Amino acid sequence: MTRFLRPLLVLIGFMLLSTSTLAETPFPTIHEPSDESKKCIHPEDEMRRNHMNYILHERDETMHEGIRGEPEGLANCINCHVEPNESGEIAGIETKEHFCSACHEYAAVQIDCFQCHADRPQKYIDRSKHSSSLRDQLQRTLAAAEAATEGARP
Amino acid sequence: MNNSKETAEVTTPVNSSRRDFLSKAAVAGTVTIAPGIFLHRTAGAAVADTDVSEIEASEAADMNTSVSTRPLDQDVSNKNRWGMLIDTTRCATGCTDCVDACNEENGLVGHGRPETDTQYIRKVTLKSKSTGHELSLPLMCQHCETAPCADVCPTGASFVRADGIALVDKHICIGCRYCMMACPYKARSFVHEAVENQKLTAPRGKGTVEACTMCVTRVDNGGIPACVEACTAENHNAMIFGDLRDPNSPLSIELKKHGGKQLRSDLALNTGVRYQGLNE
Amino acid sequence: MSKIEYTSLEGKSLPYFGLLGGLAFMMLLAIGSVFYMEHEGHHVTGMTNQIVWGMPHVFAIFLIVAASGALNIASIASVFRKKIYEPMARLSALLAIALLTGGLIVLLLDLGRPDRLIIAMTYYNFKSIFAWNIILYTGFFGFVGVYLWTMMDHTVYKFKPYAGFSAFVWRLILTTGTGSIFGFLVARSAYDAALMAPMFIVMSFSFGLAIFLLVLMATYKWNNMELGDVVLNRLRNLLGVFVAGVLYFTTVYHLTNLYATQHHDVERFLLLDGGILTSVFWIGEILIGGLIPLALIYAPGVKNCRTTLGFICAMIIFGGFSKIYTILIAGQAYPLEIFPGYEVSSSFYDGAINSYTPSLPEIMLGLGGIALTLFIVAFALKVLRFLPVSLADSVADPHHVK
Repeated sequence: MTRFLRPLLVLIGFMLLSTSTLAETPFPTIHEPSDESKKCIHPEDEMRRNHMNYILHERDETMHEGIRGEPEGLANCINCHVEPNESGEIAGIETKEHFCSACHEYAAVQIDCFQCHADRPQKYIDRSKHSSSLRDQLQRTLAAAEAATEGARP
Repeated sequence: MNNSKETAEVTTPVNSSRRDFLSKAAVAGTVTIAPGIFLHRTAGAAVADTDVSEIEASEAADMNTSVSTRPLDQDVSNKNRWGMLIDTTRCATGCTDCVDACNEENGLVGHGRPETDTQYIRKVTLKSKSTGHELSLPLMCQHCETAPCADVCPTGASFVRADGIALVDKHICIGCRYCMMACPYKARSFVHEAVENQKLTAPRGKGTVEACTMCVTRVDNGGIPACVEACTAENHNAMIFGDLRDPNSPLSIELKKHGGKQLRSDLALNTGVRYQGLNE
Repeated sequence: MSKIEYTSLEGKSLPYFGLLGGLAFMMLLAIGSVFYMEHEGHHVTGMTNQIVWGMPHVFAIFLIVAASGALNIASIASVFRKKIYEPMARLSALLAIALLTGGLIVLLLDLGRPDRLIIAMTYYNFKSIFAWNIILYTGFFGFVGVYLWTMMDHTVYKFKPYAGFSAFVWRLILTTGTGSIFGFLVARSAYDAALMAPMFIVMSFSFGLAIFLLVLMATYKWNNMELGDVVLNRLRNLLGVFVAGVLYFTTVYHLTNLYATQHHDVERFLLLDGGILTSVFWIGEILIGGLIPLALIYAPGVKNCRTTLGFICAMIIFGGFSKIYTILIAGQAYPLEIFPGYEVSSSFYDGAINSYTPSLPEIMLGLGGIALTLFIVAFALKVLRFLPVSLADSVADPHHVK
C-alpha cells in the first residue's frame, strides 16, 4: 500500500511546491545545538528522512511495552535542539524559529507531538506558581461539596 | 526514606558531555527521582532477607519496597501485577498530601473551573448511612484487570498493560469519552483546554482523556507512585504499593493477613487498588 | 397496478434555493461552532468531566436512530411485500442515508480530536461496541446504497429483494449496536440494561417514520404533487403502533428498575426528584412525545387532517429528542454508586447530582447535522428520480376502484 502511496504523495507534494509555496517560503534555518561537540545519534540526512519512524517506534514500545531508555525518543531531540536564543527566550512550537516547526512549516507537514509533549527541555520550564493555586481550588470545591451534603441531611 | 521527598526536588544539572547527557535523559526523565529509587531498591533487598511475617502495618514505610526490577530494555510482562492497598483508618480527613504530590508529579494545574479541571486522584469523604461512621480515602483509577475503559475504547487507546497498569495511549485517543462513560469509579478526566509545558513523564493535551497512570515511569524505573511516596514520607503510612502477583511482597502479605476490599466488587473487575476499613 | 413513474424536482424556484441557502447558512454556523469548540477546547461547551456526553450526542444519536427507522418504509415494501409502500421506498432509503450522514458528522465533529478520524478508521478494538458501530455505520451506507441502486437501475432490478433484505437485517443490527452503547455500560445505574437495544429499535421505527412523514408531506405540498389520504392514513396508523411500542418499552424499563430495591434511588431521581430532567421526561417524552400524539392519531375527528398529522410528527420528534436527552443526560447526572451505603462528597463531585447547561455552540453543531440531512435530501431529490410522480389514492392503493 505505502509503496503506491508514497510516490503519489511525493508527486502531490511537488505539484503543490511548484506552484506558490516554493517561491514564497524561504528555506528554513535549522537550529544547531550551540555545543558543537554534540553529535546526533544518527547521521543528519538519515534523521531528516527517518526521524518520524524512529520516534514512532520508540513511542509504541514505551507506551505499551514499558521499554524505556532508548536514545531515539522525542525528548532527546528536544533536549539538544531547543535552546534559548541570545536574549534568553525560547521560541515555542507555534513560531517558525522552533527546531521542529521550522522544517515542518516549510514541508507543510502537521506535527501532532506538541499538543501533549512539552516543546522545550524541562529545565527551561518554571512551575513554581501552579500547584498551590490548584490546592486552594480543590479545597474550595471539597468544602462546597461537603456543605451541600450536610445541607441535604435531615 | 523520609528524605526521598527532599531529594526528589533536587534537579540534576545537565551535563555538557553528550553521551553522559543522553544516558541520563534516556532513563526518561527520572534524573529527578533517581535518588529516591536508589533508596527503595536498597530497602527492597533488605526486606527480602527478613522474615516477612514480622512486618507490622506500622512499618508501612518499609513495606513500600517491592518494586520493579525489570531491565528497561525488556517488555513488561504479567509476572508482575502492580497494585496498591489503602488503609482508610490511617487516612486523615482533610489531608491531601497524596493529591498534592500527584498534581505536582503530573504537572496538573487548575483553571478555576472545577467541573472541567483534571483530577487523577481525589479525597472522598464518606459517612455511613446506617452507623454514621465517617472516613476519608483517596480515590483514583483502580487499575482493573478487565477494565471497562479498555473494553469500550474504539481505537484501543485505553488499555491495560501486561503488568496491570491501565493507561491511555494519547497518541491514538480520539477524544470520544466513551471510557469516561464506562468507568465505574469516575477515574478519568477529559482535557478541556490546550496544555503546554507538560512534565516529561506526564504528557497530556487538549481533546484526549487521561487518568492516574500509577506513575508508570516511576514504577518502570523501580520507584513507587508519587502519592504513595508522599503518604509514606509524611508518616501517614496509609498506602502500600507493590506486586499483587508476588506472594511475598509486603502488599500481598498484608492483604492475606487483613484482607482488602475492591470497590464495586460486584462488577468482578479485579481491581489493582484495594481498600481496608470500608465496613459500613 | 401500473408501473410507478418517478420524477426529480425541477429545483429552479426561489423557495428551493432559499431552502438550500438557509440550510447552508445553518451548516456554516455549525462549522463556526466546531472551530470555536475545537480551538478553545471543550470547556467552552456545557460538557464537563461529569456530563461527558452532551447536546451533540443527543442530536447525533437521535439522527442515527432515526436513520435506521427511516428505512422502514422501504423494508416493508421489499421484505414484507406490501405494495402500497413500494413507491416510497426510494425516498425512504435516501432519507436513511441522509440522516445517518447528518448524525455521524455531528458525532465526529464533537470528538476531542476530530483530526484523528484516520485513527478511528485504522485502529480497531474489536471488543468495543463503538468500534463495531463504526463498521455498522459504514456497512449501512454500503447496503442502503446498493439497495437504492437496485431500485433505480433496471439492469440490477432483479437483485432488489436480496438487497432490501440485507439492508433490513443490517439496520436491525445497527440499532441494536446503538442501543448497546448504553446497554453495555455496567457502571451506571440508569444504563446496563439489555432492554436498551430493542427499545432503541422501536424508537427508531417511531422517530424515523415521523421524520419520513414530515419530509413526504412537505415535499409533495411544496411541489404541488398529489398525495392521497390512503397512503397517509396507512402511515398514520403504523405510526400509532410505533409510538405505543416506545411507551411500552419505556414502561417496562422503569417497572423493572422500580421492582429492584437497589435501583429505587435512581428511579426516584428520574421520575420524581430530577428537577428539569424529570420535567423533560414526563412532559417532553411521555406527554408530548407519547400520549398526546397517540390520542391524536386515533382521534376520529382529525383523521384526514394533514395539519394535525404534521403536528403529531413534530411532537413525536420533540418527544424523541426528550427521550434521548433523558437517557443520556439524566443517566450521567445521577452519580455513580461507588460506595453503597455511604453518603459521599469530594472535590470531584462524587455523590452529587451533576448539572448540565447546554451551550450555544453545541446546539448549533447539532442543528447543523439536521441541516446537512435536509440539504442532502433536497439536493438529491433534484438530481435523481426519487419521488413518485403521484401518490394519489388511485395510484397508491391497489384495491382502489376507479
